[in-house]
Amino acid sequence: MSQIKAGVGTAVRARPLSPHMQVWRWHITMAASIATRASGVALYVGVLIIAGLATSLAMGEQAYGIYTGLLGSPLGMLVLFGLTVAVFYHLAAGLRHLVFDSGKGFIPATANLTAWACFAFGLVAALLVWAGYFLWGR
Amino acid sequence: MESHSYRTPLGRARGLGSAHEGVGRFIAERATSVALVPLCLWAVYAGLKLAPIGYAGATAFLESPFNAVMSVLLIGVSVSHMDMGMHVIIEDYVHKTTSKIALLLLSTAVCWVFGALGIVSVLKVALMSVGAH
Repeated sequence: MSQIKAGVGTAVRARPLSPHMQVWRWHITMAASIATRASGVALYVGVLIIAGLATSLAMGEQAYGIYTGLLGSPLGMLVLFGLTVAVFYHLAAGLRHLVFDSGKGFIPATANLTAWACFAFGLVAALLVWAGYFLWGR
Repeated sequence: MESHSYRTPLGRARGLGSAHEGVGRFIAERATSVALVPLCLWAVYAGLKLAPIGYAGATAFLESPFNAVMSVLLIGVSVSHMDMGMHVIIEDYVHKTTSKIALLLLSTAVCWVFGALGIVSVLKVALMSVGAH
């Protein structure tokens, strides 16, 4: 980013750089935008997994056992945890965008705060759900 | 965009007025997202509920009309929302017309096929168990 260097001898103003992939500072709002899309793509796969679960249930006990066995494996649970983070993040980010649609929430300080809040909510809510499941759910 | 044209996209679009479409899509994206707020929270609840109870528990779960209706709505509304979302992503990143159309059709086909599979499966389990009584 362009910064004014108030140096003593050489009062040279650093030339502003054009926004470009390699010189663009990482903003939390940019990360939130990318994460909204990425979590949406993850949830696309998640819905396919849910449709697959329903299909295996309709196919009978053996198919359901195999399918839930895969979901209950370490890799399966990792995927499910990731989807839990994605669903809570995408939920918060979606609500944030509904507020944006009403024309509110664009002040940089507000937009930065709500972007952080979405990340925090996604992670904390997912951790609480999984902690709750392992502590009391089973 | 035709490579032989020197006209800018803005120059081509100027004066043509609005496309007279798109508002319906805009509203559908928002309407499905609002509907998914309670539905996805219910999905997390259902996942927690189903995880420890096995096959018999899961079929019993869908015997409840409320759970069956929520499952159908969850799958149906999700499939609609993700179809529109993936549509936007493909249009943003894929610019070659043939690839773009192929991917749009593929994504929509995946959404419809899995949506139908999921909903028919839920209904089969829900209604078969009613019939078995």
